[in-house]
Amino acid sequence: MKNNLEHSEAAAIFNKDVKRVDWHDETLWFVREKRDKAAFQIPEWELLRETASEIKNNVLSNIHDYLLEFESNAQKNGVIIHWAADADEHNKIVHSIMEKHGVKQMVKSKSMLTEECHLNEYLFEKGIDVIDSDLGERIVQFRKEPPSHIVLPAIHLKKEDVSETFHEHLGTEKGNNDPQYLTEAARLHLRDAFLTRKVALTGVNFAIAETGEIVVCTNEGNADMGVHLADVHIACMGFEKIIPQRKHLSVFLRLLARSATGQPITTFSSHFKTPRDGKEMHIVIVDNGRTTQLGREDFRSSLKCIRCGACMNTCPVYRRSGGHSYHNAVAGPIGSILAPNLDMSKNADLPFASTLCGSCTNVCPVKIDIHDQLYKWRQVLVKEGHTPLGKTVAMKGMATVLANPMVFDFAGKAGRFVMKNIPILVNNSLNPWYKQREMPAPPEESFREWYKKNAKESKDKQNE
Amino acid sequence: MKIGLFIPCYVDQFYPKVAIATYELLQKLGCDVRFPIKQTCCGQPMANSGYEHLTKGCDTNFIANFSEFDYIVCPSGSCVLHVKEHLHDENNEALASQMRKRVFELTEFITDILKIEMIPGNFPHKVGMHQSCHGQRGLKLSQMTELNAPFFSKPEQLLSKIKGINLVSLSRKDECCGFGGTFCVTEEAISVKMGQDRIKDHEDHQVEYITGGDMSCLMHLEGILKRQKSPIKIIHIAEILNATI
Repeated sequence: MKNNLEHSEAAAIFNKDVKRVDWHDETLWFVREKRDKAAFQIPEWELLRETASEIKNNVLSNIHDYLLEFESNAQKNGVIIHWAADADEHNKIVHSIMEKHGVKQMVKSKSMLTEECHLNEYLFEKGIDVIDSDLGERIVQFRKEPPSHIVLPAIHLKKEDVSETFHEHLGTEKGNNDPQYLTEAARLHLRDAFLTRKVALTGVNFAIAETGEIVVCTNEGNADMGVHLADVHIACMGFEKIIPQRKHLSVFLRLLARSATGQPITTFSSHFKTPRDGKEMHIVIVDNGRTTQLGREDFRSSLKCIRCGACMNTCPVYRRSGGHSYHNAVAGPIGSILAPNLDMSKNADLPFASTLCGSCTNVCPVKIDIHDQLYKWRQVLVKEGHTPLGKTVAMKGMATVLANPMVFDFAGKAGRFVMKNIPILVNNSLNPWYKQREMPAPPEESFREWYKKNAKESKDKQNE
Repeated sequence: MKIGLFIPCYVDQFYPKVAIATYELLQKLGCDVRFPIKQTCCGQPMANSGYEHLTKGCDTNFIANFSEFDYIVCPSGSCVLHVKEHLHDENNEALASQMRKRVFELTEFITDILKIEMIPGNFPHKVGMHQSCHGQRGLKLSQMTELNAPFFSKPEQLLSKIKGINLVSLSRKDECCGFGGTFCVTEEAISVKMGQDRIKDHEDHQVEYITGGDMSCLMHLEGILKRQKSPIKIIHIAEILNATI
């Protein structure tokens, strides 16, 4: 990862460039609005979401059987199936396939799983050269950055940044920011990779148990181009990508692209079922913490995620903090409920990087209760001791005051006295509220003091 | 019908005028309303920070203060949502569960329980409505823009019938203001940026007032407006409704 800063620290740095934050926010909001437009053209949109959610619930409850069904059908199709318990095993399996074929170069289309497993870094260490063929991913790969968004990996960059990157790595004209010119340069560069690389790796959007086939959705056709020109196709998937039957695909394909980018469907929805004559097809099915997450009752439904990114586009915090501030392969609200499962102490800040506004839950095409899970992760992280001591002390103090009416009354009076008479104690640079906001003006009396004097009912007087 | 007035702790301390407006408004609407004097806080500040296990004292105190009332009414969607979702009593869960159903946010209490469709009055101003996320997406006081579903809004239903009011339609109808409880200090940069952007949307529509159902959002926006020396004023919906009736 690029940095190890806490989300709030990275977000504060991101916010120093106001114009760029505004641009980032507006760009992603544009995608959210496009999503609304596409979704609302379908009268049964909410029913579709519910149906997808139910299908995924069924999958999670029967995952063992569906995985075995998928394995057996895929094997009948001539596919070689591998099982990986964790990221390390996944990386080793992929490398062993490369070694078996004596190949040192790979072309790879988008796969968030391989980002999660840090496959590129692993293969680099082993002397294997990987070219990411998704345009956005290629851009961030040149810059040695992780993707900042699962669907729009280079959304944190402007065309000027891309121009500079391409000038450095592809020798394009300095200062030429014309998107068509830049895309053409990338196209020529990638064309060479497609034509020469013998191993192509892809992700998996859906794996159909009934038929043993996988479906990969792209807009650029780069997955197909890579696979069709290579001798070996390796497809890597988290085990939750299973859907029971082909007919269920119609539900998910209608939801995926509309939720992701506001398109009715991705340009390519490619089905891969069986290797061509003389070629090989491998599928690596990865656990990497998913079994643990499946066993966490409050968090298991996070595994319903189809990686559309809608929760990121709608998240007011993500739009203003950028994907890298989440220091995890999957950023945004969904990343913040997946990451603590992988490493609680490293990702303890993420469930707090939210106002719990709930917009993520509403756009989620498979109805994951994302904001409720953020709340629940906070409780778990505190109980497991991943919060700073100072915060715990403060919270305990607060709990004592708020549980005792007499103390509360006294603390309130004392607080207002201080704000009125010694404002510097509150209004100083150590108070993060005061940095860019005024404190509320303390009133003469609290409501309860007013009430004691003014309430009309005699009964209330007795209450005093 | 005995109504217990539940006033958020920070409103009691910093915005007594909002509590007074709520109290007076309910009385004008014919309610027998009382403020149990020993109430403190619903416990949300701790719970949202991950310390829900420290809120038992708040729960006990809340139940002791409010169990006798037929309805518990509060001028805050956020505090009501917290009680609805998290009020518990180890010794009498049946009572806690019953009380969770008896707690209402002010505007939904007026439209759904009192069944009052309009509050007469005059408020000749250009107003922007900032609906709190907890009120909207949590309590479903109004429709959410993410859903493909018909529009409704309980607070706007009341506001729109006031004479002279010019309720503007914001560009981002239900964007969060960035307050978020302790988020407003732990994620200071984002919180303020969200608030500034929310204000910008209101400025672009030339409002005189920003109103809403949650003083916490409004306190955050007010803090930014004051720092910017903006002429835009903050007013809780209870204050508008109470002033006009």
